[in-house]
Amino acid sequence: MPLPTKDILGILADNLNQRKSVLPMSAAATTRWAKGLDLPKGGKTILYTGHMYQLIPIIDAMATQMSKLEDSSITKLFGLGRNVNKLVNMTFFMGLMASKAEQKDYDRMLRNIAGLLKKANVDFGYLYGEELYSGALVYDEGIDGAFAKHAQRVCDLFKKHGVSKVITVDPHTTHTLRTAYPQFVEGFDVEVKSYLEVLAESGMEPAAQLGDELALHDSCIYARNENIVEQPRELLGKAGVSLKEPSLCGKNTHCCGGPLESLFPAESHRIAGSRADQLAATKSNVATMCPICLVSLRKAAKGSMQVNDLSDTLARAYGV
Amino acid sequence: MSRVSSKLASAVKCSDEFNADACMHCGVCTAVCPMGYEILPRKLFRYVQVGLEDKVKENISSIYSCLLCGMCAENCPAEVNIADNVRFLRKYINENEFNLS
Repeated sequence: MPLPTKDILGILADNLNQRKSVLPMSAAATTRWAKGLDLPKGGKTILYTGHMYQLIPIIDAMATQMSKLEDSSITKLFGLGRNVNKLVNMTFFMGLMASKAEQKDYDRMLRNIAGLLKKANVDFGYLYGEELYSGALVYDEGIDGAFAKHAQRVCDLFKKHGVSKVITVDPHTTHTLRTAYPQFVEGFDVEVKSYLEVLAESGMEPAAQLGDELALHDSCIYARNENIVEQPRELLGKAGVSLKEPSLCGKNTHCCGGPLESLFPAESHRIAGSRADQLAATKSNVATMCPICLVSLRKAAKGSMQVNDLSDTLARAYGV
Repeated sequence: MSRVSSKLASAVKCSDEFNADACMHCGVCTAVCPMGYEILPRKLFRYVQVGLEDKVKENISSIYSCLLCGMCAENCPAEVNIADNVRFLRKYINENEFNLS
């Protein structure tokens, strides 16, 4: 029996309505990456993580369990699970199963990004424990009532702190804030830019010439929805990285399969496998720009090639 | 026999979000879709346009299987905003079948 779409979507919507995130995490877990960086709280320009990098170790632990449930008779109990979840935050228990090494890995990527922005002389703050998830998944699944309420909540948070510009770190948060929010929140006028756009516009110079060969996996959302294609190439090119492009790249990039992980894990893995094969044909290591692409392709690559976040290469090149 | 649903037909007609009027059924979208499902997205949109709600309901899994990756829209000669249409269908099913909003 496939995973029950209605009950899973119900849990995601209930969580967003009740706990302000599809997979609620503690403030300690969402802000751990910033420890010791002395980022100012709030400010007109803020770095907005949208919790995506922090969520991956939990999503990964959850996905392993969901894959086991797909096609099992236990799926009948999801309806009951939804009722239990209204009373007890079940994501909390998934958090306990998350790998500590993976948490450290994804925290480092956020530290890379903050470090790169500092190197580019960008003044920015951070909302720490007040920061909220963007609502991206609920938007994608068409649960518009819950999404609209949440978008207003995030907008109110920006107003409270006098935020006029948001620097995002992943494609899902970028797209949700920049393209979806203005359709759901009247008068939403916060400027939203990906850190890759901010770095490229800054004209920053690399600290080293790397001479690496790298295959860049373009995010569908960055490339096709948000027109972010040239910025990462410009930053890598300046640092002496030569790109080995896969057959499908830029505006015609191929999905990593990640968006299906919560409802159709087997199909998600099939798509990730196709993309991993295309990337493997470049015979290069791979860089991703999205934490969901990263976790999907790492699993699909099964150690046959190194798949890393682009921020790791950029941090090395720009002296972070 | 499939029957036309006036509810779906009027929801589509009233909506700014579902618009596949420019579709000329060339099938490029289906050919480039990474999922490789025959129903996605051209055939599904045709069912929606003519209001065949039972055909839409038979394909709920396919509707939620769309990756929203946008490869179809990127290559659509008629520039149909396919992802917005899929989101509209999900919203319709969420509200009318799943009692979710």
